[in-house]
Amino acid sequence: MRLDFDSEQPIYIQLAEAMEDDILKGILAEETQVPSTTELSVVLKINPATARKGVNLLVDEGILYKKRGVGMFVARGAQRQIKKKRRAQFYQSFVVPLLAEAQKLNVSTGEVIEMIERGLPDEQD
Amino acid sequence: MSRIELRSLSKRYGQTLALKQVDLTLEGQKIVGLLGRNGAGKTTLLNLLTAKLHPTEGTIAIDGEPVWENDAVLGRVFYMTEANLHPGSLRVREAFQWTAQFYPGFRTAYGEELARRFELDTSKRVKELSTGYSSIFKAILALASGASILLFDEPVLGLDANHREMLYREILANYIEEPKVVIISTHLIDEVADILEEVIIIDKGRVIRHQPVEELLESAYAVSGEASKVDQYIQGRNYLSEERLQNFKSVIVVGGAVDRALAKSLGLEIGRPELQKLFIALTNSNV
Repeated sequence: MRLDFDSEQPIYIQLAEAMEDDILKGILAEETQVPSTTELSVVLKINPATARKGVNLLVDEGILYKKRGVGMFVARGAQRQIKKKRRAQFYQSFVVPLLAEAQKLNVSTGEVIEMIERGLPDEQD
Repeated sequence: MSRIELRSLSKRYGQTLALKQVDLTLEGQKIVGLLGRNGAGKTTLLNLLTAKLHPTEGTIAIDGEPVWENDAVLGRVFYMTEANLHPGSLRVREAFQWTAQFYPGFRTAYGEELARRFELDTSKRVKELSTGYSSIFKAILALASGASILLFDEPVLGLDANHREMLYREILANYIEEPKVVIISTHLIDEVADILEEVIIIDKGRVIRHQPVEELLESAYAVSGEASKVDQYIQGRNYLSEERLQNFKSVIVVGGAVDRALAKSLGLEIGRPELQKLFIALTNSNV
């Protein structure tokens, strides 16, 4: 799990997103325990209240769940849920800035589409 | 649960008013940053809080009791000073025993374990320690003291990057294991920003901000872009500093909501300031 401390995002949101990334990559598997807020706080050098806030964000969304007296676990179906959420944000997070940059550089929509098509096979290597 | 209350606190040294009418209440168990430029009054505040100095005016109470000549209250506070207050001929090991006399909650085994981890030789005399090891030695005494209020004045002075990280982590681990009030006075803001829950910013002897870090960061934002457009945006808004590079301008706006539509129509970028940038803007004497 890595945090980018230069990011524009508050740390607790970065922490939640970093945990989501680890779930997507399978580093944190479904139905397995995630690091405690104590571990997160000490290892990432962030205030425990910040760590708790980030973890609670994922608990509220049902991506993590609490087992009383044991700790936090990744919920079943968490991967699918994160994918669904990220897909919904994909247009705003990636397509809008892509088009804005293309416009700045006078790259036409046709050229953008062409580049995407060119990029696709490479991605599948 | 600790409660620290400063009321109308002032301290004068000759002609200089080092602290001016400070009113401050700290409640609950938190890691708090005491931030200020050199000479802003940070150390004076800590010295008053621990009754090393007598205030010119005002009162200081911990858990409702005045601190002056009150050993019972002062026994709950450990103050890691920048200055060396131990007799130089004392060995580190003896300093542990000595501290345990004043702090009955002192955890000798934990202190020794920290000494091992930081590779502090406990048979050395205090005066033989380098600046870095002197800081480590004092920080270990604080961490092991068992006090419910820990005050650190420039705790990482002379420490290398590894030891700084280790110390910040240990402060966190120690706080989580035994929640307490931790006040860290430092000018290395970037380094401590993320471990703090709350900040107190002192400028020229006055407390100009005291709030949760997250709230402070949310109260401000940076606007940048073409200078004339930025000027247009900040009209009627409260802003702090500005950085200008020819036709490019960046300004920190304080208070009020971001007008994203306006920023977009003017082609401006909106960003979140870092604590250090915001601190500089708030304490810059040119504004």
